[in-house]
Amino acid sequence: MKLIVNGKEHEVMTPGETPLLWVLRDFLGLTGTKYGCGMAQCGACTVHIDDQAVRSCVLPVGAVAGRSVTTIEGLSSAELHPVQRAWIETDVVQCGYCQPGQIMAAAALLKVKAKPSDADIDAALCGNLCRCGTYQRIRAAVRRASEIAGA
Amino acid sequence: MRTSRDSGLRNVLLIALGGAALLANATRFSATPAPVAAVSEQEGLAAFETVRAVLQHPRCQNCHIPGDAPLQFDEGRPHAQNVLRGPDGKGAPGFACGTCHFTANPPASWGPHMPPGAPNWHLPPPQTKMVFIGVSSGELCRTLKDEKANGGKDLAALLEHVSHDKLVLWGWSPGVGRDPVSPPHAEFAAKFKVWVDAGAPCPR
Repeated sequence: MKLIVNGKEHEVMTPGETPLLWVLRDFLGLTGTKYGCGMAQCGACTVHIDDQAVRSCVLPVGAVAGRSVTTIEGLSSAELHPVQRAWIETDVVQCGYCQPGQIMAAAALLKVKAKPSDADIDAALCGNLCRCGTYQRIRAAVRRASEIAGA
Repeated sequence: MRTSRDSGLRNVLLIALGGAALLANATRFSATPAPVAAVSEQEGLAAFETVRAVLQHPRCQNCHIPGDAPLQFDEGRPHAQNVLRGPDGKGAPGFACGTCHFTANPPASWGPHMPPGAPNWHLPPPQTKMVFIGVSSGELCRTLKDEKANGGKDLAALLEHVSHDKLVLWGWSPGVGRDPVSPPHAEFAAKFKVWVDAGAPCPR
């Protein structure tokens, strides 16, 4: 089946029931997206399908044939995405494992809500767990990303 | 001066005229079937009890909530991850229901504890919550029929909705590890029709 990942078309030879995350990591070598729980409980595997955040660990690849998938590797091209810049400025990361998912979730939020309140940030990112507990810095970074994007 | 014979004749004439008028009326209405309830109110109320049991099954009522946080599992505990109804019933901005719930259940081979899926996975919008939880049979019935609350559906549209909508039908194919709604969908849809045919009576 055809899969468009980060703007590039791929021919993927896997059963349609294979989770998208497996295809991204094991077949396309895009290991930025992480495996956390395998059942949409933690958000580490968050990618975008047509700009909407989805959990790639529970999404059969057959369901997204021909659709546009964006991973953390494809979030920005020439220059860093405002969320990535804000993440660096705010020094969010501790161990870093959940961060690709956090960043993809934050970017999806800012697509639909350019100036989110703290409540909006909490509601949008509450499905993305961070075992280091960087939540305060994540929230600050989303606010900063909103400023950068609006500047 | 009138005789008793005249009076008798007049009565006969009146009866005959009355009969003719009745006949004329009967002829006039015979072209259009009278809106006679084919199903009694009692039968309709009995059928609604089945409808109520279905609507208040966890597979249905877990998203027809009075608050803004959907429920999950048979015991109706709050949905993990603080999931919210959102401004349009499709989740919080940036964290749509569709982040985890896709258009079909995941493959059965993936086992239990996977987010289920069906087309248009959503809750009722906040303006019209269509609450099924913690309401009496009568309240449920009146909410169901209220076109201002139910998305503008008349009885025919409601029957169509419960008979064919894919998100409704999901309740009977809820994926691995979840009990389907009981009774079977065909029985539910048949009882719903009985209720509609009885004029959709509501319990007090």
